[in-house]
Amino acid sequence: MEKLLNWVDERFPLTASYKAHLSEYFAPKNFNFWYYFGSLALMVLVIQIVSGIFLTMHYKPDALLAFASVEYIMRDVDFGWLIRYVHSTGASMFFVVVYLHMFRGLIYGSYRQPRELIWLFGVIIYLVLMGEAFMGYLLPWGQMSYWGAQVIVNLFSAVPFIGEDLSLWIRGDFVVSDATLNRFFAFHVIALPLVLVGLVVAHLVALHEVGSNNPDGVEIKKLKGADGHPLDGIPFHPYYTVKDILGVVVFLMVFAAIVFFAPEMGGYFLEANNFIPADSLKTPPHIAPVWYFTPYYAILRAIPPLFGSQFPGVAAMGVSVLIFFALPWLDRSPVKSIRYRGPKFKIALGLFLIAFIGLGILGVLPVSPLYTVLSRVFSVVYFAFFLLMPWYTKNDTFKPVPERVIFK
Amino acid sequence: MKKLIFFFLALPLVALASESGVPLDHAPVSLNNHESLQRGARVFVNYCLTCHSAGYMRYNRMQDLGLSENQIKDNLLYAAEKPGATMQVAMRPAEAKSWFGAAPPDLSVITRSRGADWVYTYLRGFYRDDERPTGWNNTVFDKVSMPHVLQELQGQMVPVYHTIKGEDGKPEQVIERFELAKPGKLTLPEYDALVGDLVNYLDWMGEPAKGARMTTGIFVLLFLGVFFIIAFYLKKEFWKDLH
Repeated sequence: MEKLLNWVDERFPLTASYKAHLSEYFAPKNFNFWYYFGSLALMVLVIQIVSGIFLTMHYKPDALLAFASVEYIMRDVDFGWLIRYVHSTGASMFFVVVYLHMFRGLIYGSYRQPRELIWLFGVIIYLVLMGEAFMGYLLPWGQMSYWGAQVIVNLFSAVPFIGEDLSLWIRGDFVVSDATLNRFFAFHVIALPLVLVGLVVAHLVALHEVGSNNPDGVEIKKLKGADGHPLDGIPFHPYYTVKDILGVVVFLMVFAAIVFFAPEMGGYFLEANNFIPADSLKTPPHIAPVWYFTPYYAILRAIPPLFGSQFPGVAAMGVSVLIFFALPWLDRSPVKSIRYRGPKFKIALGLFLIAFIGLGILGVLPVSPLYTVLSRVFSVVYFAFFLLMPWYTKNDTFKPVPERVIFK
Repeated sequence: MKKLIFFFLALPLVALASESGVPLDHAPVSLNNHESLQRGARVFVNYCLTCHSAGYMRYNRMQDLGLSENQIKDNLLYAAEKPGATMQVAMRPAEAKSWFGAAPPDLSVITRSRGADWVYTYLRGFYRDDERPTGWNNTVFDKVSMPHVLQELQGQMVPVYHTIKGEDGKPEQVIERFELAKPGKLTLPEYDALVGDLVNYLDWMGEPAKGARMTTGIFVLLFLGVFFIIAFYLKKEFWKDLH
């Protein structure tokens, strides 16, 4: 066995990689609840890829057959209902996990120097994930699939000068049609997943290069023991592998509870209207995107049109996502973690959280005057959180940051 | 602030209200009641399947309701030759459209898009309306194109109007209640029970794997429960020496 290992090691860095990324990758020992979501996101990605492969074996990307093929999977394929619900639940849970993972970054300053690139890769992953989810949602070819895609692709036609041509180019037709379904299928099952996997690798390589942040925002590499290992670091394997298994089991319990007992999740994971086959002549009375897009959809609707053009809303929606890229340079605080920050940051973050969730709820609801006012207030708060950040993170009161991490 | 609190509290209510605003009656849906499901299947095949297909549903799937393949063949198989066939109708969609103004929708997943309560209320909500081409209207589906197919069972309901002052001050006629003008073969409670069976069947047909799904789910959660205990103590054992 050792001979074989030596043989491989002379030709491929197997033992070296194992050491660098698992047995001798030193992670801070004070990770808390919020640090489960990175490994969980990776697991959900694997779940989506595996369940997706099995769905692809039975699904037909054809406007005439797509809806029926999904029902065929639900009824005639052995455990097809399970594969399909795992995939549909996985899509929503991916966003749950990613949102919590991003929030962790916000509260502990994980995007700060020297981890800017990890954050940038992460934001790109988030963007690609949105594209992946959006294109995947068209595939069941229900009414919500169809009209959701119609509305979102139409947004591109609000871009000045090239808009109409741009949306035509995306759809491959004048309306969402068979051509659109086929290209979305291609992007959903091969193009974007490949990009996603590549980005996840980059995200992890960058992370392992600089090392993980932690709830105290202390750089553990500054204090090393006689053996050259960080004093507050523990090997990822076995400590965090066994800890993450615990997180995985708890997560899977929630996941299984949804898959087996509430796969529609009250219409939020699988919308009722999506059990009606797509009909290009019948517009549903109320079109709402799936819950994970609704904060941005609410921002889109909140911004009033300018000279009859919807472009300001579309631009604001785009900026509201892209602004995450700027975060490492907007934050001017001398400390990373919320534990040592002052009240201004805590209030700003609290307001941002309320605005984000509020926008998410408003995005599901039909437009009304009160809701429009609320959406506008929340949109202003959303952007103010970022744009005022250089000011309120600098002029705050701070608690002294300890030398070592706090571990009980 | 109060408005904001109200806004968050009111959310679940918004989700519950039906599109037409008419309150829906609760459908007596019970997955384990095989007798009700079998009765519902018979009503479905006799009355609905003449115009509506259930194109994703195979006849022999009704074996899950405790019927043998021969029972299905002898009692339920009118519109197809093989029990493995899907529930199609002879009527072509184009013909149907010219007769009714709209092609009758496929009913395979109707309770998943409309909800069982809506279908239950709808099937009990037909009333006479001479202004409609079919002579029928519906409480939850205004200007419906479908005539009251089950009228020989329920009989004919007619609305009793009363006059109120409308928003613009002019008198307005609103429906106060319904009266049974012409009784059908069944009493009204018997009719409600029959529709209850039918909706129960439709709900089952929307997702025949639902029963298997829930049973599997219990075992999966039990397994994860045991796994949790092992994972918990494994983590504790590994971490006990860290200070």
